Amino acid sequence: MDFLGEHQPEMLPGNRQLPPVQGVIEAPHGTTIVAVTFPGGVVLAGDRRATMGNMIAQRDIEKVFPADEYSAVGIAGTAGLAVEMVKLFQLELEHFEKVEGAQLSLEGKANRLSTMIRSNLGMAMQGLAVVPLFAGYDVDRGRGRIFSYDVTGGRSEERNYATTGSGSVFARGAMKKLFRDDLTEEQATTLVVQALYDAADDDSATGGPDVARRIYPIITVITEDGFRRLGEDEAAELAGSVLQARLEQPDGPRAALL
Amino acid sequence: MADRAEYARKGIARGRSLVVLQYADGIVFVGENPSRALHKFSEIYDRIGFAAAGKYNEYENLRIGGVRYADLRGYTYDRDDVTARGLANVYAQTLGTIFSSQAEKPYEVELVVAEVGDSPDSDQIYRLPHDGSIVDEHGSVAVGGNAEQISGYLDQRHRDGMTLAEALKLAVQALSRDTNGSEREIPAERLEVAVLDRTRPQQRKFKRIVGGQLSRLLDSGAGAASAESESAAETETDSGSDEE
Repeated sequence: MDFLGEHQPEMLPGNRQLPPVQGVIEAPHGTTIVAVTFPGGVVLAGDRRATMGNMIAQRDIEKVFPADEYSAVGIAGTAGLAVEMVKLFQLELEHFEKVEGAQLSLEGKANRLSTMIRSNLGMAMQGLAVVPLFAGYDVDRGRGRIFSYDVTGGRSEERNYATTGSGSVFARGAMKKLFRDDLTEEQATTLVVQALYDAADDDSATGGPDVARRIYPIITVITEDGFRRLGEDEAAELAGSVLQARLEQPDGPRAALL
Repeated sequence: MADRAEYARKGIARGRSLVVLQYADGIVFVGENPSRALHKFSEIYDRIGFAAAGKYNEYENLRIGGVRYADLRGYTYDRDDVTARGLANVYAQTLGTIFSSQAEKPYEVELVVAEVGDSPDSDQIYRLPHDGSIVDEHGSVAVGGNAEQISGYLDQRHRDGMTLAEALKLAVQALSRDTNGSEREIPAERLEVAVLDRTRPQQRKFKRIVGGQLSRLLDSGAGAASAESESAAETETDSGSDEE
């Protein structure tokens, strides 16, 4: 990124002159991203909808990307800028790894992302915010970790689970009730689908599983073995079983009162 | 000019040789390198690998330049737009300029840039000597001190479609021949081995082969090679009987 700044500064997201505009620019926005840790790793997932005002801009957008072998980023906010930011972030991690011959620490990666979000602050003030969720497997500590951000680049490590985007409030509520610390990988993936379903249930900008078009949430798992994205069949099966259960109980599994 | 070429050649000859070979599923880099930290081979981009003989600080400089060139190009355009040919051209320009500039001493390095394709036919290997010329190589290439003798040995024995173990075995045999023709043993710990494996599911095809995996490959290569020489002997007798 420093090299890019020296040689082709116009390629960096933060260095653009903004035209003065009245009101808010209409551009596609990505919506809900959720993450949850389980013993041995972390799951990061996102719905597939992008909205522009009250219109659905895209039904099958992909908002969860591998950052490198052991980490992934899920993006909420202005889709165009967010995808560019992820591309640059991926490039930086890969570049560092090749030049130095070693990977950045998970903290280092999280800090780098923080700087990139901060450089976008000018855009964020005009309504083009990017708010990602970063999840990775910490090879040194042997566990999955989640980092959440605010628009100003403020970074905070989340324990257990985290959400971002317009449906995050509803997803967080669902995760709060369903989370336990002894989840298996399969339970953790089911949990994120439940949370995304609840987000889609109450937030118009979040898309639920689309059985007719075969569009399902993107679910990724990061463990000691590295990054893995669930195939369409696996995601379809998970979404199918959640959907089936919701036919009986539309509000999802019930937690005990006391 | 001749002095400068002589100077560079001598510098390169002081370093240990390394070889780059095509095999059925990709390209393998093999060299003798007692150091675990200072690599002779490196990843440049998804399908492109880099090998260098000569002075470490000089080729490390070129390597980092190559990684920057590739990453910048891939980010600006697309990952597919980074090619070994483009990279080799940049290296040739750099080396050529330095070689003919009177102000600088010539670089004492010889590089190999290799790109693995979808099939062995589309593999590319370029050798870049110290003066900035480019040589398009096929099958096998050796650079470094004893390069001529080693590449002669490889040219005779290398064939298309070798397995990784066979190619590795051949490479080690070639490297362990001394200038005076005698052979010496190179232990597995002193070997640096890396592959560009087209069958790897990841986008980045470069992989170092170390430790247990390397010794297993070396052992299986030894087994395969002896079996092969037996079958070769059989075919010879067969063809002999045909003639009769």
